[in-house]
Amino acid sequence: MDKFAKRKYILGSVFILIAFTFIVRLFFLQVIDSSYKRYATRNVLRRIINYPARGLIYDRNGNLLVHNKAAYDLLAIPREVLPFDTLQFCSLVQIDKQDLIEGLKKAKNYSSYKESVIVKQISPEAYAVLQEKLFKYPGFFVQPRTLREYPRKIAAHMLGYVGEVNQTAIDKDPYYTQGDYIGITGLERTYEKELRGTKGVNFYLVDVHNRRKGAYHEGKSDTVAILGKNLISTIDGDLQYYAERLMQNKRGAVVAIEPSTGEILCYFSGPAYDPNLLVGRERSKNYELLLADTLKPLTNRAIASAYSPGSTFKPMNALIALQEGSITPETSVSCSGKASSPIRCTHDHQSPISMIGAIRESCNPYFWNTFRSVINKYPKAEEGYAHWRQHILSFGVGKLLGNEFFGQSSGNIPEPSYYNRYFGKNRWNALTVRSLAIGQGEVILTPLQMANMVSVIANRGFYIEPHLVRAVSEKGGLQENLVFERRNSTVSPEHFDDVIEGMQQVVELTGLRYTAYVDSLQICGKTGTIQNPHGSDHSAFIAFAPKVNPKIAVAVYVEFGVWGARHAAPIASLMIEKYLNDSIASPGRKALEQKLFDTNLLNPYQPK
Amino acid sequence: MANRNNIWANLDWLTIFLYTLLVFLGWINIYAAVYNEEHSSILDMSQRYGKQLIWIIAAFVIAAALVIIDSRAYVSFAYLLYGLVIILLIGVLLFGQEIKGSKSWFQIGGFAIQPAEFAKFTTALALAKFCSSYNFKLSQWKSISVIGMIILLPVMLIFLQNDTGSALVFVVFALVLYREGLPGIFLFFGVLMAVVFILTLVLSSAETIIILAIVSLVVHYFLRQQPVEIIKAISICLLTFGIVWFIDHSFSLDSNLNRLLFYASVPAAILFAAYSYRKGLNHSLIIIGIYITLVIMTFSVDYVFNEVMEPHQKSRIEELLGIKSDPLGVGYNVNQSKIAIGSGGFAGKGFLNGTQTKFNFVPEQSTDFIFCTVGEEWGFLGSATIILLFVGLLIRLIFMAERQRSVFTRVYGYSVASILFFHFAINIGMTVGLGPVIGIPLPFFSYGGSSLWSFTILLFIFLRLDSSRIEKLSY
Repeated sequence: MDKFAKRKYILGSVFILIAFTFIVRLFFLQVIDSSYKRYATRNVLRRIINYPARGLIYDRNGNLLVHNKAAYDLLAIPREVLPFDTLQFCSLVQIDKQDLIEGLKKAKNYSSYKESVIVKQISPEAYAVLQEKLFKYPGFFVQPRTLREYPRKIAAHMLGYVGEVNQTAIDKDPYYTQGDYIGITGLERTYEKELRGTKGVNFYLVDVHNRRKGAYHEGKSDTVAILGKNLISTIDGDLQYYAERLMQNKRGAVVAIEPSTGEILCYFSGPAYDPNLLVGRERSKNYELLLADTLKPLTNRAIASAYSPGSTFKPMNALIALQEGSITPETSVSCSGKASSPIRCTHDHQSPISMIGAIRESCNPYFWNTFRSVINKYPKAEEGYAHWRQHILSFGVGKLLGNEFFGQSSGNIPEPSYYNRYFGKNRWNALTVRSLAIGQGEVILTPLQMANMVSVIANRGFYIEPHLVRAVSEKGGLQENLVFERRNSTVSPEHFDDVIEGMQQVVELTGLRYTAYVDSLQICGKTGTIQNPHGSDHSAFIAFAPKVNPKIAVAVYVEFGVWGARHAAPIASLMIEKYLNDSIASPGRKALEQKLFDTNLLNPYQPK
Repeated sequence: MANRNNIWANLDWLTIFLYTLLVFLGWINIYAAVYNEEHSSILDMSQRYGKQLIWIIAAFVIAAALVIIDSRAYVSFAYLLYGLVIILLIGVLLFGQEIKGSKSWFQIGGFAIQPAEFAKFTTALALAKFCSSYNFKLSQWKSISVIGMIILLPVMLIFLQNDTGSALVFVVFALVLYREGLPGIFLFFGVLMAVVFILTLVLSSAETIIILAIVSLVVHYFLRQQPVEIIKAISICLLTFGIVWFIDHSFSLDSNLNRLLFYASVPAAILFAAYSYRKGLNHSLIIIGIYITLVIMTFSVDYVFNEVMEPHQKSRIEELLGIKSDPLGVGYNVNQSKIAIGSGGFAGKGFLNGTQTKFNFVPEQSTDFIFCTVGEEWGFLGSATIILLFVGLLIRLIFMAERQRSVFTRVYGYSVASILFFHFAINIGMTVGLGPVIGIPLPFFSYGGSSLWSFTILLFIFLRLDSSRIEKLSY
């Protein structure tokens, strides 16, 4: 018959063998191996990221400037979400039904088995209610986050703000993932690495009823979150607050530095905003509003705006001339007032006048003459100018200062090549660039640079890199003090005292004695009035005090402040008085303070 | 009337009993798999279990109709039916509906028909008809090539529809042909290729070649018992390896171990083949032939794997072989399936009490992963019983095929047994994590009208043929 008939046994055996294999396999899976039973009761593997609390920021006296408050993100894993009462759910977490549906749709498009954030930053109060009901909504769970809170509502520009990380930053640093927070401006950005800490990841097993069933793999794959480090800033919170009140309804900037250390005591840009606006669910809405504001509150004028220094530039020009030997303190120049040429004098004073008097009276012809003699000391104007510029740069102006200031403008002290291009090589001289003598023309400085310039004068010839953070501290008290470099100016210390004498006379012997003089504080200063084609002149004032062993150097710049003596000088003097004496003493000064609180300079056209 | 009664009496009622039992068990497990409290009636027509009942009833009607038809019709119309389905397969490529990436469905009104399902029984009929033809001999190349065409034509068309799972089913006709006299070496070689494929993926080409060389030498030794020849073979290998290495080096070609082994082992094998031929050692020639083929295959594996296969097929194989592990990604289905089955324990959690089932942890649970429900709710006892029922049906089918006097019915019977076996082995292998994820249904169990009907047709044509085995002695 059929010679292959015996092959039925082979085929039958194959069938039985496979079936037998399956039965053995099932026996192992179902009877011997108990791990699947455990997996089944805690089937869902859930990854919870532990976001460490961001580091706190203190002022120099140990008062908090920024701390954290709790918030909760609601996440969902779309494939675990079962049909639920959306209306009840929406009222529970306080969102629109439409937003919920769209959020879930987006999450599903991203991944159906990975978690996505559905609702961000639920307040602790709402979370307390939600927490009890959450078990009714499988697939949803909550992840704690921290948000910034600013108890004193000050120093918005210095602190900066945090926001969600964007794709560029994710590509640049693999530490970040979608939804992380990152410092976007200010100290939050500069010290991002210190403040953020390190994220941790915990894997949990969760059962079908959304109940946590312990760590996955005994927690071996978990990583611990490390808290962010705290910053001790150099800011004096009280002084900062005082500056913000004096500058309210005004545009401009106030920067105060402790000259001996380079520590910035006050760092204000006006108009400012309440830093709490840029936190939480309202952040993007408020950000849009601030961005659209024509007063540009988001611009940090202390470092990002460069202004003509005007007459505040004159003490430095005097110092350079002294260093170059072009003048001595006794050198006198005659002034014909408004008839002076090529720069007229806007002040009425005796003539001829010596250097100290010229500083006191802000005599333009005097500074034109000293500037000319510096430039003309060298055979070529270009060479003279290069020397002059080197001196200027050594005061820390016209270049970026420090490395903490995000969005800093370098100001501008033009290179000689700029004039070569503009006028042609050898086609320009001191006369061509005469406005530099009185701080007008091409030179522009940021308020921070102006404050640094005063520090150099106060220190008699050097500055420490200005900075906002003096120490980084870890939890447990370990504190790392930051070290900043000292830089000497090219002007020798012996030249400073005469110029400082002139600056003291500015405060004590001119009209400023009524608005900027404070008994026994020995304030030395210099006004600046900067011509402004767009409205009232800008008002600037630089000052330091006391004359010996100065404790504070201030630069105040008030846009549309009419003239230096009118607004900037009294603000600077009140700042100094407040810082050195802790309070404003005389009733006259109190009245002045109140008047400045009330002054509104937001309209650019002020009556003189 | 008497004649008809005779047919009913001659039907194999044991098979019908097993069939009905499996269909019924499938139905209640579908009920458990998609059960929800709002639609708790098993007769609820809006749910899958309700619909499955309709399909079951229809399947019984189809079965009865198939029994009523004269058995000779199946023989006469075998080629016609085959041709019709081929036309449908071409038609679906042109006018079909694309569902889940494969263009294999005709949408007619509310019904979807998948011609590939029907290709199984028409191909089996055509194969049976050809094998039973008068001058058919599996040793003739002409017969083999016709059979190859009968099987490969629908396979190719189904591949083009991007329905790899259904196309793979046709591999199982090799078992039928084996029963009809196909030399065992073909099956052996097929298994060998699969082993080499897996070895190459798990190890590397170089390691696979070395293993093959060693195995060949060992086999050769056992066949010949001549150690001298082995030593000669090894020396030839080493010599050519050395020469190739030397050439590679002196031309400072970029030589890696894979290339060296490839260029060395093939000339070595050819040299050895020439030597064996002169000495008239036929066994050695076969071994060398297989060796060279497998070495070449080893090198094509990477190409096939990387260029021919779809990414999802690649990752399924990698997951199965443990090359990559991604329990939340590709491995998700199988991992969840194993958890569901494993959590069932010895006696199961009880009907409708499966938590994994109830909370939809396993995707496709009412269709391809229906066995999970059995495993979870009925435990080892239940799942082993289902496996025994299947294997009982398969053995019964072999028994029935062997009692035929006509070659046609025997070939068809083996086709039925083999197709059912393939589905059973691949589907359960997948759910218990022993085989790759290939989306084919578990016969009689999985939800779906097309598959239930096609298995019913497949089986009942055989039952009808079997019932008239006595009256017709030959075709």
